[in-house]
Amino acid sequence: MSKFGSSSNKKEVPQASSNSLSDIVFMLLFFFMVTTQMRETENKVKVVMPQASEVAKLERKDLSVVINIGSPTKQYQALFGTDARIQLNDAFRELPDIRDFIAAERDAMSEAEQSLMTVNLRVDQDVRMGIVSDVKQELRRCSALRIMYAARRPAQ
Amino acid sequence: MARRKFEAIGSTADIAFLLLCYFLMTTTMGEQTGLQRRLPPIPDEKTAQDQKVNRRNIIIVRINSADRLFAGNEAMDISLLKEKIKLFLSNPADDPSLPEKEYKEIEGLNHKVLVSKGVISLQNDRGTSYQAYIAVQNELVKAVNELRDEFSMREFGGKKFFALSEAEQDIVKKAVPQNISEAEPKDTGKR
Repeated sequence: MSKFGSSSNKKEVPQASSNSLSDIVFMLLFFFMVTTQMRETENKVKVVMPQASEVAKLERKDLSVVINIGSPTKQYQALFGTDARIQLNDAFRELPDIRDFIAAERDAMSEAEQSLMTVNLRVDQDVRMGIVSDVKQELRRCSALRIMYAARRPAQ
Repeated sequence: MARRKFEAIGSTADIAFLLLCYFLMTTTMGEQTGLQRRLPPIPDEKTAQDQKVNRRNIIIVRINSADRLFAGNEAMDISLLKEKIKLFLSNPADDPSLPEKEYKEIEGLNHKVLVSKGVISLQNDRGTSYQAYIAVQNELVKAVNELRDEFSMREFGGKKFFALSEAEQDIVKKAVPQNISEAEPKDTGKR
């Protein structure tokens, strides 16, 4: 106690610590800004991705377009039932809407990068292939040919 | 004077904390992983005729609506699929019922290499579950990746595929192509 009692030390010690605090916090801040990405739109369909050991990381996240397919979550089941539905951005959509959606996303990209656009298909593992095939056919018609079947690496 | 300076720093820390909290709340750490594919373009009526492939160069992998797997007309467990595909693509004994191979010049390699002409045709039913479909896709990719590993071990002094440089990886990709064709959906059987 006597250490802190003297008036000469009282001024120095706490101020020096608050000095470095902002540096530390800024460093944390930058760490999180670099390693994280903005949370995607709210999920209206349940998507549990299947496991696959050979997955590769998507290089350019900013060039990916996400299509969610799965059965609606609990709060939407009264309205939309439990059958698999397509979610684009923030809303339930039908198959023909994919064309406009892809066109809109394509317009938002620069011309050089349009050919690198990847459609990220986030599909629930319990979905039947019928709807996935339909979506794939629709994507072929829009000539959005680069796709990725989202899957997660199995825990070792 | 000195006191005012320290107070200003104190508030920067607060502001930075608020920003930090904001980013913690609004962001996710997950990365996007998956199996990347290229869909075939919609064929014109003219070109559709030309796409005849020799029968021995094709293996049909089919998953029916009960998630049963057939590879080359025989029912098969998924654990055996990888070996079958590797045998199909490498054809070590030059079996006439397995795909042809041809010598190809590849840019960056000083000698010609045998490249298989094999194509894997993946067919599914509308009632196939997505989980089974991805499991089969995964086995196919695994088979190709192992062949690529073997090739790069042979050609690049015991290095595995992922350890190679980008240019070397392109060479291996040309030598061991990943020809997986996802067929037009068929309506076989009921849901």
